[in-house]
Amino acid sequence: MEELVIDAAGVHYTPLNREIRAAVAAGVKRIRLENVLGQRFIANGVRGDVAIEVHGVPGGDLGMFMSGPRIEVFGNAEHAPGNTMDAGEIVVHGSAGDAVGHSMRGGRIFVEGAIGYRGGIHMKQYEGKRPVLVIGEYARAFLGEYMAGGTVLILARHGGPAVAERGLGSGIHGGEIVLRGGVDPVYLGAGASEVALTDEDWERVLHLVREYARHFGVDPAPFERRDEYIRIVPASARPFASKYAWE
Amino acid sequence: MTPSIGSLPPKYRVTVDHDRCMLCGRCVENCAYGAFRMENDRILTNSRVCTACHRCVAFCPRDAIDVSERPLDYRSHPVWTRGVREAIYNQARTGKIVLSGMGNALDYPMIFDRLVLDACQVTNPSIDPLREPMELRTYLGKKPQRLDLKRREDGEVDLLTELAPNLCLETPIMIGHMSYGAISLNAQLSMARGVTEAGTFMGTGEGGLPEPLHPYQGHMIVQVASGRFGVDIDYLERGAAIEIKIGQGAKPGIGGHLPGEKVNGAISKTRMIPIGSDAISPAPHHDIYSIEDLAQLVRSLKEATEWKKPVFVKIAAVHNVAAIAAGIARSSADAVVIDGFRGGTGAAPRVFRDHVGIPVEAAVAAVDAKLRNQGIRNEVSVIASGGIRESTDVAKIIALGADAVYIGTGALVALGCRVCGNCYRGLCPWGIATQRQDLVDRIDPEVGGRQVANLIHGWTLELMDLMGAAGINSIESLRGNRDRLRGYMIDQALMDVLDVKSVGA
Repeated sequence: MEELVIDAAGVHYTPLNREIRAAVAAGVKRIRLENVLGQRFIANGVRGDVAIEVHGVPGGDLGMFMSGPRIEVFGNAEHAPGNTMDAGEIVVHGSAGDAVGHSMRGGRIFVEGAIGYRGGIHMKQYEGKRPVLVIGEYARAFLGEYMAGGTVLILARHGGPAVAERGLGSGIHGGEIVLRGGVDPVYLGAGASEVALTDEDWERVLHLVREYARHFGVDPAPFERRDEYIRIVPASARPFASKYAWE
Repeated sequence: MTPSIGSLPPKYRVTVDHDRCMLCGRCVENCAYGAFRMENDRILTNSRVCTACHRCVAFCPRDAIDVSERPLDYRSHPVWTRGVREAIYNQARTGKIVLSGMGNALDYPMIFDRLVLDACQVTNPSIDPLREPMELRTYLGKKPQRLDLKRREDGEVDLLTELAPNLCLETPIMIGHMSYGAISLNAQLSMARGVTEAGTFMGTGEGGLPEPLHPYQGHMIVQVASGRFGVDIDYLERGAAIEIKIGQGAKPGIGGHLPGEKVNGAISKTRMIPIGSDAISPAPHHDIYSIEDLAQLVRSLKEATEWKKPVFVKIAAVHNVAAIAAGIARSSADAVVIDGFRGGTGAAPRVFRDHVGIPVEAAVAAVDAKLRNQGIRNEVSVIASGGIRESTDVAKIIALGADAVYIGTGALVALGCRVCGNCYRGLCPWGIATQRQDLVDRIDPEVGGRQVANLIHGWTLELMDLMGAAGINSIESLRGNRDRLRGYMIDQALMDVLDVKSVGA
């Protein structure tokens, strides 16, 4: 089926989403949004097998509650792309704002550049659903707090540290944060601890590195040195258990 | 290290009148805490484990059991109460935060009980609901500022204004959010059947919507809280409305967590987390750090469900509740839920439960006044919850400005709950706050549903009578009608907040 092209210039998000939903319902498999400028909620709650190209800068909550579609953004993304996402993929050819992948329970997000605060916060997993968030450069503070599942991977392609701010993995009780180039332990949040990668971990990480490289057309070779990576995991599956006593 | 505090006096003493006892063993069977055992044709008791849930009393065919409270109390003292002393002993042993169950347990004055309702005498006739229609139907959601109409050539009138979706309640009494996990499936099923029969609604809490509840989804309000447990597009589409939980009256300002041991197979499925994993709901929503972010989540939920469902926002009643509610009213939300400091819970830190937040009566009056002053009262409905105990509380809070109420503990009491406050133990002998199948099976959802429907029906009848006596035949005429209230022994400052006159005035 041919591609549907929608000119989003000056269009409010509700009619824009209505058009996307109608196209998906009619069986369109490829949608190209031109001139996107800050429209929030693009593809919110959309189900099904469709590829959506976003040209421009989408607004907040891109693909929130989304279950299935693949979104590729040619530009930066705003606040919380992939928020509470269920399944599907978001690829951002640029950087993204705060709370990327907030409470994500499934699907994959690849951001070519950097992300803001609270990335991957409270991501969780259940049975076959294991969300993945891969960042090319770095993340700001509070990355992966309260994480209950899934994988966050940061490649630190910019040459500096992947994370150099506090609150890394505070309250993490499931899942993993994998950082290339390590982290100063002073930034580790309460309940987070650093471990080395096992063979199995490395296989999973290497796969994601190569996938990232494919998405953004870069050579994966410089990022394939296992000894450069560390893994942040929960110190306990019950981070708050020692805080309370019953009456 | 042996603690030097020793054992504390038992809270309750269970005694069996052996002359009356027929050794049927029902007490042994019914007590989930193990307070009874049969030895040598005699029922023996262990008072230490008793919670005064009265399951044994309720099922003893001979009235042979007696449960007394504080059989050996501490030396009485008005400052150093039993609760204060025991919290210190607990913390001296553990060094931790003390958790407790149910709602606020401090003896604050009850504002509801210091407000009296009005009735007609001579100058205006009261109305008999038996012979006059009484309108209790309540619509929750945005109301338009004005209606644009157009008359067609054939004389019919078309409505040009686009109306926002509303929930239609046959009575202004709903059941609040108690999650699957905090309470049992059979307790939820009972309430679902009850509200469906009564033509009203109940909340799911943050525990997802288990499949057996799907037949009742048209009467369920699905909750989106900070942990986002069980939230996916399917869940959002099933609900009759969606509620964003910002805060809870029993523990304003803090999150919650369901301990891993309560996350069994079925609960793991509806919350969509691994078995045995803690279900941690952070204190804030981490995608909401401002009132603008709240508006974004409200609109995101509406956009995801194609603007077909009302979105409620629930906040705990706190000092600046009126200003916060005014912000919520401008966020595209359709209703704001004000949860007062008497609201119940399965578990909350004792200090929060007893000391944080304000009473719902003052909060609702302040919110209603603020919204009216700003000319946006029509933008949101106001739902009051936390400490609504009977139909007069419903009438009074509506007269103070609420559109409808949520009840919680009241609905559980209709299922047998004795307010023993041990919800967190997971051993509720009434089959409510437990996941142990033999205990859950003690509730038959058909019977439980009948009881819940009966309660709502009884309150609705009383509400009609109270309204009729006051000469009011529509709930809309009671709403915010403070002239129907008088304050009895309330100080002037609070009277000003409530905007009611004194008795006699």
